[in-house]
Amino acid sequence: MHDDEKDDDQDLNQSHSGFSRRDFLKVGGISLSVPLVIGSRTIRVAGSDVKVYGPGKVPISLNINAKKYAAEVEPRMTLLDTLRNEFELTGAKRVCDRATCGACTVIIDGKSVYSCTVLAIDTQNKKITTVEGLTDGENLHPVQQAFVDNDAQQCGFCTPGFVVACKAFLDKHPHPTPEELGTGLGGNLCRCGTYMGIRAAVMQVAKGGQNG
Amino acid sequence: MAEYKWPEADKRALIGKRISRIDGPDKVSGRAKYSYDIKRPGVLYARMLRSPHAHAKIVSIDITAAEKMPGVKAVRIIQEVGKEIKWAGDDIVGVAAIDEAAAEDAVRAIKVQYEILPHLVIDTDPQNAGDNAKPTAAVTQGDPAANFAAADVVSTEGFYGNHVITHCCLEAHGMTTEWSDDKNLLVHPSTQNVSGTAAQMATPLETPATNIRVHQDHIGGGFGSKFGPDSWGIECARISKQAGGKPVKLFLERAAELMVAGARPSSYAQVKVGAKKDGTLVAWDSVSWGTGGPGGGGSPPLPYVFNIPHQHKQHTAIANNIGPARAWRAPNHPQGCLITMSALEDMAAHLQMNALDFFLKNIDLTGPRAQVYRDELKIAADLIGWQKHWHQRGDKTAGPIKRGLGLSIHTWGGAGHASDCDITIQPDGSVELKMGTQDLGVGTRTALAIVVADTLGLPLTGVRILIGDNSYPVSGPSGGSTTIGGISASSRRGAVDARDLIFAKAAPALEAKPEELEAWGGMVRVKTDPSRSLTWAQACAKLGGMPITVRGKNPGPEKLNDQGVGGVQMADVSVDVETGIVKINKIVAVQDCGLIIDLKTAESQVYGALIMGVTYALYEEKIMDQQTGTMLNPNMEFYKLAGLGDIGELVVHMMTGKGYDERGPIGLGEPPTVSPGAVISNAVANAIGVRVPTLPLTPDQVLAALEKKGGNHARI
Repeated sequence: MHDDEKDDDQDLNQSHSGFSRRDFLKVGGISLSVPLVIGSRTIRVAGSDVKVYGPGKVPISLNINAKKYAAEVEPRMTLLDTLRNEFELTGAKRVCDRATCGACTVIIDGKSVYSCTVLAIDTQNKKITTVEGLTDGENLHPVQQAFVDNDAQQCGFCTPGFVVACKAFLDKHPHPTPEELGTGLGGNLCRCGTYMGIRAAVMQVAKGGQNG
Repeated sequence: MAEYKWPEADKRALIGKRISRIDGPDKVSGRAKYSYDIKRPGVLYARMLRSPHAHAKIVSIDITAAEKMPGVKAVRIIQEVGKEIKWAGDDIVGVAAIDEAAAEDAVRAIKVQYEILPHLVIDTDPQNAGDNAKPTAAVTQGDPAANFAAADVVSTEGFYGNHVITHCCLEAHGMTTEWSDDKNLLVHPSTQNVSGTAAQMATPLETPATNIRVHQDHIGGGFGSKFGPDSWGIECARISKQAGGKPVKLFLERAAELMVAGARPSSYAQVKVGAKKDGTLVAWDSVSWGTGGPGGGGSPPLPYVFNIPHQHKQHTAIANNIGPARAWRAPNHPQGCLITMSALEDMAAHLQMNALDFFLKNIDLTGPRAQVYRDELKIAADLIGWQKHWHQRGDKTAGPIKRGLGLSIHTWGGAGHASDCDITIQPDGSVELKMGTQDLGVGTRTALAIVVADTLGLPLTGVRILIGDNSYPVSGPSGGSTTIGGISASSRRGAVDARDLIFAKAAPALEAKPEELEAWGGMVRVKTDPSRSLTWAQACAKLGGMPITVRGKNPGPEKLNDQGVGGVQMADVSVDVETGIVKINKIVAVQDCGLIIDLKTAESQVYGALIMGVTYALYEEKIMDQQTGTMLNPNMEFYKLAGLGDIGELVVHMMTGKGYDERGPIGLGEPPTVSPGAVISNAVANAIGVRVPTLPLTPDQVLAALEKKGGNHARI
């Protein structure tokens, strides 16, 4: 889990704009009886009004890498699957698909988030940054360049998630201690074993102070 | 006659330097497309209904409801009624639908009845395995009985072992297949074997291999588990045909990936060791067993590396219902290494000898690489501070944190595989290499670019590398640390031949003989008078209007690589004897691999091997439940991998220079993965004073070993 993940969870659960995975699960059992409509309707669940979307596809609009993306997706679609299957933004990878490995890490409103565990519909009106958004044309972001310089990658499948997690981590901890690094980036896993390169990459950016 | 041998150190512009991988920018930016990322137009998503039972017979299958569901385009029964299923997670019915959710919904609507049969999924005791235990004949060398009787010291019988672990590739196994027409299939697989995939699909699909096009730009991990298209790859193509040829994407979900797509065999052994008082090893006895799934599995090499003169050993394979084993980096070596190095370190402790002195005392038993090990042991000892920090078994200092050192040595072959490449040089000087190989994370593209650019005297950017397609010249599967050896040799031969053709064309203009020329710094020049030169482009312009293409091969003329390496590792750990938690302070790896092509990616291989080693030593286990026959941890919360904070300080020292470079490149993926389990287990034993018999060294196992105080006798 990212060190700031907890906050995100709370944010999502208190969100008024969409509705959270937890709320979704709460009403999931009755959603099948709701007619296939575009848009939402309000029903009463456990004493409060809850907006219900779906189960058919609903239009959504997302702000990704400062660009507007529109699609029609079922409300059960995660942000990760929406990025990958609807917008062909395949930098974020689907690996564990349940908030353990971090290969799908994106930044939402400044915080690193596992995109496999956020519903796309809940990320409307938020600022989403994916690994693709860190590159400026052909120019790599300093974190990306540091990954290349320090060979912080082998097969590379965990790499985009790690790059994004490192960017978000360095934004909060521009001069991390090794201990902060171990816990702050402990929510991303690599199978090839590239952690030595990743440590060196983060320290290169921290020393250069060029994270931006 | 062309001279292919590797250039001397002062003539290597790129080979052996620290070079960043050339596809690094694509990988860090998310531009690199893995087969998992490929989305073909109109793609259908496939899901499998999997057997929930480890051993069962199919009684009935009803797919009528699933076929009628919205968005479902094909439902294919894979295992017919009456078929015997031998492991949980095996494919029963495949579904393709317009999206993943629809496919999953349809799978849930399929009804299958099973007749449940008895199963076996555990392997820790061959006595309980009944007919599933397949003993092999005992092997005897010398006269073990007499030499045990004559030995000054015979170690108490030791029990050691490691459980089944799984590969857990981050990119799941799978592929996207589509029939371009009735006869031609296009495949985007995740494979370690680009050139060999079509041949494996041809027979089951009754389609000529020449009609099967295979393309893969990047692969997200394999570790030995992705050599074939797998049964589900074949089914993917059949489902695609059933759906009118449409592209079908079938990649395993994470749970299936952990259940069915890879298992490293377990291995356990009761070991007896005999030695003289001065530490000289004289006799070995082992009774070993383990499982590799339904096939049983082979014996690990015992005793490992040390050829103890008198031996008696017997192995029993246990066939069970956990799904088939697959090759996992250095097959059988980590198991053999753990058992042997643990038993030897226990003997050293028994003799109250410093383990390093004990290993050195017997190092000649390792055979032709004894001197390499001697040199490496000295370097490793210096790097970890062995003489300063080593103590007799059991850290006697006060407090719950106990610190210890361990060591281990290992070997691997790693000869180059068969490999062909085509190198094309255009009249404008641009250069392209095509090879049907793959980059498993080794840095294949980078190594090819280094070899060709170095040979032609060009910068890395002067060479374009195209791999990952079976329309390119055939190159071997990436396994057994054979890739770098194979691809560097074929590309070297091809580049030398191509360069010599350019020399022949350029020689008249330089008023020299072709053999008097060299390619260096972007120039073709006269060796004895570098002022007489042409730029590379000027030299290539002498080709006239047409490019040349040269085929490079391995094997081929001159011996360009060797096999057989030796490595030494030492670990420094701390163990909390109150919680049982093991913490890695430092691991040192000293490794040879012949001539290094790229020092940066070579070191990455070794760091990666150590980290994978920390993971299997401390965390990994495919936990099978005998009650239900299923895997209890098919996910990444409970099938644990080490994180960035778990690995301690890692130090890698590569053996290079005289005695190493002239052997040519030898593979590196396997050897450093062999010792970490042994070296960490030995360090823990040195710290806490007792042996934790099996990996992973989880807190419960550490505490259990401490509680029993029996050390070697502790059985799980």
